[in-house]
Amino acid sequence: MSQRIVVDPITRIEGHLRVEVIVDDNNVVTDAYSGSTLWRGIETIVRGRDPRDVGFMTQRICGVCTFSHYKAGIMAVENALGITPPLNAILTRTLMNNALFLHDHIVHFYQLHALDFVDIVSALSADVRAASEEAFKYCDLPFACGADQLKAVQQKVKAFVDKGNLGPFANAYFGHPTYRLTPEQNLIALSHYLECLRIQRTVAQMMAIFGAKQPHPQSLTVGGITSVMDILSPARLGEYMVKFQEAADFVNRAYYPDLVMAGKAYASEASVTNDVGVANLWTHQEFQVSSNEWLFDSGIILNGDISKVYDLDESKITEEATHSWYKNNAPLHPYDGEQDPNYTGFKEEDTLNAKGEMVKTKVFDTAGKYSWIKAPRYDGKPLQVGPLSNIVINYAKGNKFVVPVVEKFLKDTGLPVSAVLSTLGRTACRMIEAKVVADNGLMAFNNLIANIKSGDTDTCAKYVIDTKKEYKGRYIGHVPRGSLSHWCRIKNGVIENWQAVVPSTWNASPKDAKGQMGSYEACLIGLKIADLKQPLEIIRKIHSYDPCIACAVHVMDTKGNELGSYKVNPNL
Amino acid sequence: MVNDDILAKINARLETVTKLPKMKDGSIVKLLEEKGISRRDFLKWAGTMAAIMGLPATFAPTIAKAAELADRLPVIWLHMAECTGCSESLLRTDTPTVDSLIFDYISLEYHETIMAASGWQAEENLEGAIEKYKGQYILMVEGGIPAGSSEFFLTVGPHGTTGAQHCRVASENAAAIFAIGTCSSFGGIQAAAPNPTNAQPLSKITNKPVINVPGCPPSEKNIVGNVLNYILFGTLPSLDAFNRPKWAYGLRIHDLCERRGHFDAGEFVQHFGDEGAKNGYCLYKVGCKGPYTFNNCSRERFNSHTSWPVQAGHGCIGCSEPDFWDTMGPFEEPLADRLYHTAFGGLGADATADKIGIGVLAVTGVAIAAHAAIGALKKDKKGDE
Repeated sequence: MSQRIVVDPITRIEGHLRVEVIVDDNNVVTDAYSGSTLWRGIETIVRGRDPRDVGFMTQRICGVCTFSHYKAGIMAVENALGITPPLNAILTRTLMNNALFLHDHIVHFYQLHALDFVDIVSALSADVRAASEEAFKYCDLPFACGADQLKAVQQKVKAFVDKGNLGPFANAYFGHPTYRLTPEQNLIALSHYLECLRIQRTVAQMMAIFGAKQPHPQSLTVGGITSVMDILSPARLGEYMVKFQEAADFVNRAYYPDLVMAGKAYASEASVTNDVGVANLWTHQEFQVSSNEWLFDSGIILNGDISKVYDLDESKITEEATHSWYKNNAPLHPYDGEQDPNYTGFKEEDTLNAKGEMVKTKVFDTAGKYSWIKAPRYDGKPLQVGPLSNIVINYAKGNKFVVPVVEKFLKDTGLPVSAVLSTLGRTACRMIEAKVVADNGLMAFNNLIANIKSGDTDTCAKYVIDTKKEYKGRYIGHVPRGSLSHWCRIKNGVIENWQAVVPSTWNASPKDAKGQMGSYEACLIGLKIADLKQPLEIIRKIHSYDPCIACAVHVMDTKGNELGSYKVNPNL
Repeated sequence: MVNDDILAKINARLETVTKLPKMKDGSIVKLLEEKGISRRDFLKWAGTMAAIMGLPATFAPTIAKAAELADRLPVIWLHMAECTGCSESLLRTDTPTVDSLIFDYISLEYHETIMAASGWQAEENLEGAIEKYKGQYILMVEGGIPAGSSEFFLTVGPHGTTGAQHCRVASENAAAIFAIGTCSSFGGIQAAAPNPTNAQPLSKITNKPVINVPGCPPSEKNIVGNVLNYILFGTLPSLDAFNRPKWAYGLRIHDLCERRGHFDAGEFVQHFGDEGAKNGYCLYKVGCKGPYTFNNCSRERFNSHTSWPVQAGHGCIGCSEPDFWDTMGPFEEPLADRLYHTAFGGLGADATADKIGIGVLAVTGVAIAAHAAIGALKKDKKGDE
């Protein structure tokens, strides 16, 4: 007798995501559905506006990857107008990108994902001296792991556990049988969890130095960057460098060793291994560190075969809406994307709640439409994007920045390269990506200083928007959650249409007309759930993608249809 | 003495709060000390908060006491149609540190971005907290709220409950309600024309009084300051026409701007990256909306005073004003016809500041020069019209 398990809300992500799985008598997942339950319609709102304003509006797609959509919105317009910003602007954007990746990745691992691997309650019974010694197994100079400090961490957490008020840790899945770390290892990670809260503020300031604030920086403009005074100030540059080094230090002495520790402990845990999800991978060039060098290259790998890396053919990208709450189901290229909302609601069914009772629940209409996220496809196939794709493809291409870090990690964990194609690998690749940035991010910084010293203080290119001309352009790049593209058309001096094809849209996509799943759904198939009342394994897998659902849901209506008339809701 | 009256009121209020049940043992001072933050540092922070909230420095010990009582106030934080930027802003707050917020300080009962529980367990936490802390909890809402026939454009939880319904239920028994950020204060980006989801501010969803803390995102100080304000005064703070606390939104960006001298001297950046930009000239001509925007960014800045848009050479986009996406654009051009009005049709949130601003603008004569330049600028940018 198969039954349906509903997980809504998925917490510790950005946005509103629901996942439903069908399990058989042995608690093995036979089918999975991922859907977003929020639509905001930002691309509809962008239409008819001044192209120079759009970057600020697309930025508000998401406050977590707050720089990604800002940069994409500005660069898509620059591409359409044929503008190349001055080198100072390009390198400063890279410095802000350093801050974004370092911040996003450490916060994702510790604040959003660590609790899927780390049992806080177990850390309370750790022997602090043993834990301190344990830390040296993974790092020559462990971060914040002295016995005294670990003792303080333990006391602090114990105090609030004893009072029975867990706050945000309440009702988690602590004690779940798939947790694999020893109490001592849990304590090490918990110490870093707390340290990360402190460090991430410093990393956010790195963004603010050249970007005014974080979230939602405000110094990019079409043609370049506005923070010229900060760029030309030795004091500001020094401030950035010090903060960068602090972040890089945390990556190398806490984040890296913690992933080695988790990699070893979880290598034999079936629920996080051998589950690549969609094995077609795509990544795109990013992190320009000089006039002609980038940290990461582009490429596509099909069916997990890392012996061949293909080039992207932009014309093969489409999005369709067979199972998405929009009217037109047909696959369309992003330049011609078209859809109006068509919300058909949920169905009702009895499902298992946390107490193990069958209760009336709202469930996806899986035969029909069930998500605000569309289904992007490449040459008709789903792709997986993100740090896993980026690291695997760059490793396959022999990228000189990536290969040494991957090889060191495999050596330190004793894992084969094939182990990377999994949930565990996805989480490890995010760390590897952060480490590549931490180890090489100052190249852009040094080149910026050299360029300024040579007498070049240009930060903005001049341009004219001809209202009689039509323009078309796009940004394609790699952001913390994977490959991002923004596509725009400009006519009469204003935006005629805009379409963002976002990493989480690729990964969280619902099924398409052929029934092909996106990577979230695909990686859940075959998963055995230990306790149906506590579907930790599902959450752990979904978290490994670092979902950003506000980003994934967007809409474009090129025909200028009135969006005011909606179907009466079937649930009313 | 006015101050004595206020102090007496506050002390009476603090006594009331002290009588509320504590959620945990121990005091924040002790906990901060364990973290290496001394009593002196804590008072220094309290002094800073006093300055920000427009209270005399002598109030620092009182504010410190209020902070010590924060463990009596559970917080429920709901996410609506949003980008999580406001939560992220809160995570950047330097004092009190977030771990103290979580562990020792405010009892954050429900916050989807950082809580451990998901799905059924998460829903249980929310219902449990509303029930257990009836009439005591502070409700904070982030994001605009799809309403009316499109209410179902946002659902949360296994029962497909709409966001609007969550807000209605949670606001019913809240002791105080804060709309955090421009989206829940005024609708925000999703409510910009043509507002395809009919997104509404929180004040349109509940009929309880809502304190708006706009900004995209609001600075961490404005979020934390409001909590302290509630502990100190219990009642609604003094609000402007848009229900924004005056202590934070009483002055324009323009009034305290570090580049104000250049404005008065008529020294303007003509194009981003020009010589004026390198010398910190006024950004009015490249679209700064500081004269029309009420907020304390020019004083408080962001990320522990690291920077703010004007310092980064861009100028303000008016993000704490109602409907700023529709009324402040294009962001990189001056609002020629609004020089003598605030951005909301002359409904000055603070009539005095309005008059002072106008006076200054008129006195400098700059306004006229700026007007003349605007025409030329538009020609530059748009080719021949």
